[in-house]
Amino acid sequence: MNSLKAMPATVGADADTPLRRQVLRRIRSRPTTRGAMILLAILLLLALLAPFIAPQNPHDLGSLSVMDNRLEPGSQGMTGITYWLGTDAQGRDMLSAILYGLRTSLLVGLTSTVGALLIGVFAGLVAAQFGGAVDAAIMRVVDFMLGFPSILIALVLLASIGRGIDKVIVAIILVQWAQYARLMRAAALVERRKEYIEAAVNFGLPTRHIMLAHLLPNSIGSVLVVSTISIAGAITLEATLSFLGVGVPVTQPSLGLLIANGFEFLLSGEYWIAAFPGIALVLLIMSLNLVGERLRRSFNVRGP
Amino acid sequence: MTSPLLEVRGLKTVFHDLAGAWPAVDGVDIVVQPGEIVGLVGESGSGKSVTGFSLVQLIDAPGEIVAGDVLFKGEDLRRASEERLRDLRGDRIAMIFQDPLMTLNPVLTIGEQMCEAILEHRSCSRQEALKKSSLALSRVGISSPDARLRQYPHEFSGGMRQRVAIATALLNEPDLIIADEPTTALDVTIQSQILFEVQKLSRETGTAVLWITHDLAVVAELADRVAVMYAGRIVEAGTVDDVLDRPRHPYTLGLLGSSAATVAPGERLKQISGTAPSINARPSGCPFCPRCERALPLCAEVDPLPQLTSHEHSYRCHNPVSESHAS
Amino acid sequence: MNGSFFELRDVKKHFRGKPTIAQRILAATGNAPPPPVLKAVDGVDLSLNKGEVLGLVGESGCGKSTLARVATGITKPSGGNVVYEGRPVADLHGKERLNYLLKVQMVFQDPYASLNPRMRVGKIVGEALRVHGLLPKSEIDAAVDRSLTEVGLDLAYRDRYPHQFSGGQRQRIGIARALAVKPEFLVCDEPVSALDVSIQAQVINLFMDIREKHGLTYLFVSHDLGVVRHISDRVAIMYLGRIVEVGSASAIFSTPAHPYSAALIAASPSTARRKRAFQPLKGELPSPLAPPGGCPFHPRCEHAMAKCREVRPILKQIAPGRSAACHLHHSDNT
Ligand SMILES: Nc1ncnc2c1ncn2[C@@H]1O[C@H](COP(=O)(O)OP(=O)(O)OP(=O)(O)O)[C@@H](O)[C@H]1O
Ligand SMILES: Nc1ncnc2c1ncn2[C@@H]1O[C@H](COP(=O)(O)OP(=O)(O)OP(=O)(O)O)[C@@H](O)[C@H]1O
Ligand SMILES: [Mg+2]
Ligand SMILES: [Mg+2]
Repeated sequence: MNSLKAMPATVGADADTPLRRQVLRRIRSRPTTRGAMILLAILLLLALLAPFIAPQNPHDLGSLSVMDNRLEPGSQGMTGITYWLGTDAQGRDMLSAILYGLRTSLLVGLTSTVGALLIGVFAGLVAAQFGGAVDAAIMRVVDFMLGFPSILIALVLLASIGRGIDKVIVAIILVQWAQYARLMRAAALVERRKEYIEAAVNFGLPTRHIMLAHLLPNSIGSVLVVSTISIAGAITLEATLSFLGVGVPVTQPSLGLLIANGFEFLLSGEYWIAAFPGIALVLLIMSLNLVGERLRRSFNVRGP
Repeated sequence: MTSPLLEVRGLKTVFHDLAGAWPAVDGVDIVVQPGEIVGLVGESGSGKSVTGFSLVQLIDAPGEIVAGDVLFKGEDLRRASEERLRDLRGDRIAMIFQDPLMTLNPVLTIGEQMCEAILEHRSCSRQEALKKSSLALSRVGISSPDARLRQYPHEFSGGMRQRVAIATALLNEPDLIIADEPTTALDVTIQSQILFEVQKLSRETGTAVLWITHDLAVVAELADRVAVMYAGRIVEAGTVDDVLDRPRHPYTLGLLGSSAATVAPGERLKQISGTAPSINARPSGCPFCPRCERALPLCAEVDPLPQLTSHEHSYRCHNPVSESHAS
Repeated sequence: MNGSFFELRDVKKHFRGKPTIAQRILAATGNAPPPPVLKAVDGVDLSLNKGEVLGLVGESGCGKSTLARVATGITKPSGGNVVYEGRPVADLHGKERLNYLLKVQMVFQDPYASLNPRMRVGKIVGEALRVHGLLPKSEIDAAVDRSLTEVGLDLAYRDRYPHQFSGGQRQRIGIARALAVKPEFLVCDEPVSALDVSIQAQVINLFMDIREKHGLTYLFVSHDLGVVRHISDRVAIMYLGRIVEVGSASAIFSTPAHPYSAALIAASPSTARRKRAFQPLKGELPSPLAPPGGCPFHPRCEHAMAKCREVRPILKQIAPGRSAACHLHHSDNT
């Protein structure tokens, strides 16, 4: 826990910590991570400010002009605005659609991750604290959930409850909480054996208090760090579901849905309708992954 | 004179915080000859562990080694690459940490971890590594070593974990062992067994040992030389006979006097009054001055420099205990 | 002995090993050997009078910490009873159980793992007071300060985290935490082994002071015989999960009855000796996983007789206030 603590020892840890430190040092000085952080900040800002900076409100069908459909990037529209990234089949400005799509994708990704985190952390903590039958029951459900490909579970679920942003979020929470539960349980089991927990038991402190004040803050670190990488996973999952047509509604398209919409025009040479949302999605996922990975690495060597 | 195995000159390690950089180790000199056992004793918080970590360059932010040379067989470790240090650590230089849990990974079995420590530096089969590990465990007095290798750290008692750390340090027959309070949790019969192994290793393979402890009795019985640390510096150093029988520094005298053996059972132990200054509140002048019975007005102002008496006995004090003092 | 303040009656704590896969398969077919059982504590009887200090000495891994955990109620014994003020603690519930837990406090062996790394010192020390509402909120800070002062810690440290302290300082935080709830009985698991000699002296003096001031009772686990001799009224020597000798400190240190006690006292280091030729352990070190038959000490014992290999000696009185588990001291009509 202190800085010395994080240092390698003669057994086990010896092998990897200095290496990790090296990697960390390299990563810090690496332009890619710095670039990824800047890129992620820009994307977040764009998503946040979309209503103010987008040339068009793509959700407002009235402001669209069908005449402007499938215009090439850079062409001038009837109303005089320039479509820098072209338009889609409804004559929607792709730039605006992407900005709003980014918003939807991030909203779904963040909300579902937070939701999954809450449920997973709670389940893992309970499993570790109570052990025995409770642990066995929770972990059996977790194993069951993790036994299937997440996309399959989400597909089946959405096929039965229908599409909608809230439903996608529920579906993603449902497929992702198990992974957090498993991580949290493992971390909490390690902490639970330490003597400060025994001291708390010795004071007759209520179990709830021991879990929340002692176990949780000392074991949640790794879970939180992994969750930053999982945001990217949630966004990808949402994009996949939307691409398959069971995700977000057409009225509020996410990046995945935009790609799906443009997919049919790819062969006819109208690449921009699918390609630009695709590029935006790749940039978003990549920057999230790089930043999450760096967080994970630096967390492992850092103290409280 | 043979060239020393380890030569430390003016080592200074600081910890940074928002208010500044605070020296935990402040100009430490240590020389260890091959095959020699040197005891490093001192007050809790005096920087013994930080010294040990600094020697093997394991100081992480917010700590930083800011000055001094650490020469191991003439090679400057402060300038060595991370790769070179990794090669040395656990092979030529083994460190036994004060906190055994820090050394042991809770999710790997003891056997996996010990094998890894061997395979990291030696090429041999897993079988051989396991055999060596099991032998090492029995050398530190752990029975049923093969069954124990399959257990996890939490299934061991505190003292057993410590012995695992010691066994691991002995695995590769290093040139130097830095042992940070390695036997504090052990009963004296097991401790004798471990000290026996350490003595044997030192005699047979010429392994040198830096034994960090606060147990003066162990140092008296084991070490050739001893260095006494206070507030980040070495205040007295010399042969065991010199330092323990003819202490010159009042702190050393106080340490010797506070042992339970010096008074009758149930009586109050003699204690050195006051507490050690924390690293960000070190007084100017001699750091021991506020607690010292022999303090002179000079002591509060001028930090005493090391004085060398004859035969390598040195101390840092303006008003040393007289040489004839019998404790 | 009905008037004892605290008693352990035939206390056992067994750990069951996890069966290996092969064993599990065999178990499924119904003819497996039972999983290995580690008898960390195997039938311990001890009683403490109010205000007394009982030193507990023993080999590393012999079950001292486990016994301490059972005594403080951190773990449940697998057999036997812990009796506090005449009542088995297994029968206590609610307020009474909390009272027992608070009155019987533990000071831990490992100053690193025993403090929550993410809590400030002031919060650690005052936690039980706050959570149980033992004191009004406004008085907790003052109580924390009192505890910290009592163990000699600077009050400026209140807002620091444990990792900012050296091992010795952390141990004192642990003592302050125990003292904060005004215990009657302190179970100290090697409380000074992480402290250097001069601080050890302060802490031992502190232990004796608070004992006098609050009339505390101690179970003082240590392997430092000098310290145990100094602080204890009576001493119990433990070997492989059992008590092998109990008696007054002065009697045990001057004339140890059990060969293990004698070995301990002989091996105890002293500042007067130099360049000692350390002796390896004689004989084989028994394992709690596979304890030897007969007397558990016989493989290491110089005086082992044929009987020692077969019959396990029980703890019997050999003189007033003095018991030992050794055939040497038992008359033949066992
Ligand atoms: N990570 C850290 N951050 C800030 N200060 C630290 C850190 N680690 C150690 N220190 C300080 O450095 C000083 C020396 O600590 P060190 O652990 O070396 O003491 P020690 O002599 O080994 O004591 P002990 O006998 O208790 O183990 C102490 O005052 C401690 O507070
Ligand atoms: N949770 C556990 N699971 C399995 N075995 C355990 C567990 N805790 C302790 N043991 C075993 O019980 C025995 C006694 O352990 P304990 O910690 O009580 O020893 P100790 O006398 O305190 O030793 P030390 O002086 O080294 O601290 C050891 O053999 C240990 O391996
Ligand atoms: Mg230390
Ligand atoms: Mg113990």
